[in-house]
Amino acid sequence: MSDTQMADKDVLIDIFTRADLIMQSDIKFRKMIGAGQLQIVYYPVRGQEVVSAAMMAAVNQEDYLVTIYRGLHDQLAKGIPSKDLWAEFAGKMAGTCKGKGGPMHITHPETGVMVTTGIVGSGIPIANGLALASQLEKDNKVTVCCFGDGASNIGAFHEGLNMAQVWKLPVIFLCQNNLYSEHTPMAFATSSETIKQRGDGLGMRSVRVNGNDASEMYAAAKEAVEYARAGNGPTLIEAMTFRFHGHLLGDTGHYIPEAEMEQALKDDPMPILRQQLLDMQISEADIAAIEAKNKEIIDEAAQYALDAPYPPGDEYRIDVLDVEIAA
Amino acid sequence: MSTPETKDAPKEIMFAQACNMAMAKAMADDPKVILLGEDIADEQGGGVFKVTAGLSEQFGTDRVRSTPISEQAIVGAAVGSALVGYKPVAEIMLMNFITVAMDQIVNHAAKLRFMSGGQTSVPLTIRTTTGAGTGLGGQHSDMLEAWLAHVPGLKVVAASNPADAYGLLYSSIMDPNPVIFIENTPTYFTKGPAPAPDHVVPLGKASVPREGTDISLITYGRGVGASHAVAEKLAGEDISCEIVDLRTIAPFDEETVLKSVAKTKAAVVVHEAVKNFGTGAEISSRIHEELFSELKGPVGRVGSGYAPVPFSPAIEKAWMFSEEDIEREIRKILG
Repeated sequence: MSDTQMADKDVLIDIFTRADLIMQSDIKFRKMIGAGQLQIVYYPVRGQEVVSAAMMAAVNQEDYLVTIYRGLHDQLAKGIPSKDLWAEFAGKMAGTCKGKGGPMHITHPETGVMVTTGIVGSGIPIANGLALASQLEKDNKVTVCCFGDGASNIGAFHEGLNMAQVWKLPVIFLCQNNLYSEHTPMAFATSSETIKQRGDGLGMRSVRVNGNDASEMYAAAKEAVEYARAGNGPTLIEAMTFRFHGHLLGDTGHYIPEAEMEQALKDDPMPILRQQLLDMQISEADIAAIEAKNKEIIDEAAQYALDAPYPPGDEYRIDVLDVEIAA
Repeated sequence: MSTPETKDAPKEIMFAQACNMAMAKAMADDPKVILLGEDIADEQGGGVFKVTAGLSEQFGTDRVRSTPISEQAIVGAAVGSALVGYKPVAEIMLMNFITVAMDQIVNHAAKLRFMSGGQTSVPLTIRTTTGAGTGLGGQHSDMLEAWLAHVPGLKVVAASNPADAYGLLYSSIMDPNPVIFIENTPTYFTKGPAPAPDHVVPLGKASVPREGTDISLITYGRGVGASHAVAEKLAGEDISCEIVDLRTIAPFDEETVLKSVAKTKAAVVVHEAVKNFGTGAEISSRIHEELFSELKGPVGRVGSGYAPVPFSPAIEKAWMFSEEDIEREIRKILG
């Protein structure tokens, strides 16, 4: 989609601000985990910043989000405050979920983040339910459901997309196609050439875009949001992107061919987006100010997460049911 | 079928009708109650067992939605809408099909309240039906309540008569937790006393429909009727059986069970599900932990055979729990 117009200046700044927060957070998490300051399972998101930042710039805070364990970029882009998110990643009582969810299970209804699931593909049917509620309420909300290319191989993907299309639900299925499901390259395990084809096969409006191009991704997102809000139903967006690190931290990504990785790093969406801002006559100083502000937010959030206390052990008795369970 | 009127109300109703009436009442009481399931709207027949008949006519197909054959999608849609304030009732046509939706039930419905630190809850009800003895074979007859009872965060309910079905289903729909409501297909069209329209049975509370002094029969669902028949027979020999109908399997009413066994000093747990690793094991173990030294003998268990439900009537009958099995267990304990 090389004919895509550049997004407005304000939109690009917004997308950059979100994307830079994601990038810096990812770098800081890896650094702190590497230094032994945090002992958590972590799924790096470096390389996929722009997909989420552009998508979430196209929706409102009240709109719903369902995402998966590799979800830091989605959650930050949707607006979960860094302090709350960092504290949850660290398993602290001050976290979004009192330390009971952890990195793979983030919920934050205030910013519309309703479910983060550790089960690939399983968020899709749940996103339908949120969208169904919006359809019944006529509240004009859309639900964004994020997942990777691997998710299109589980049954829930096909069941969920079929139902969403039959019922014309206001939901956007955002497949962040980073070409690897865990350690397995897409071509090895996915019968179709594209994920878009699968949406086409289900009769759904489906598009394939360069998710690393902020303007192209934003245009696709905005169009899908308008389509859903107008009551026309779902869209499948296959956003092409890449994962610069292994499946989880500690995985070296040895299965990614060197040449492929080299090319991906050359196409790193972050310096490209930064250059686009400069090209639009946004000053280096203004960009640096955004980066400095993000750094401050992250440093503060990281320290907050380290200092915050763990929940008491018997917290496990709370929230199993609506009443406290017996010891 | 509709909500019973005070005048002209039938004295007796069928089990299936009770479930229908409970849903009608819940939908009338709360606009957030919606129904999802295969063939449930009237245009598709009002459900394969007609349990939802008339409801889409009364409440519209926005609220009574026939779905594709997609158990994961049905339960997922129920979970998602429940997260934002709806009280969905998902019908999983037959309990065996729950296997297809176990990820949504076990990993999501049961855990989202906990994993979100109480920020969200999933007030959904999954209605499902099952039961052996009708020659439907291995994939349409299983009782899988023990699986579900083992998952923290789920409530599991099984009624034994129409009035309880009405009161328990209404409570299940209004409960803020995910509830699995198990209906018994072979007893759908059996009759029982009709409940008053405002009849509500709280979850987590057992009933004692028959009092006795010699032994406690702890059971639920279809086991209650079988236990009554055995108790009636043994009464002729001066053996006095008390029956405890759990009504809610998880969390089970430990207080009522222990109180009954503390009185009779003997117990048999009766269920239709396979005996091995069944709910009887848990209940029996709790009784032993609390009352071991007072018992006349080890707690007995009656369940069905350790095999898939067979098709041929001759094998199915042999496999299935029976009144004779219950009687044998009682005699074994009482000597």
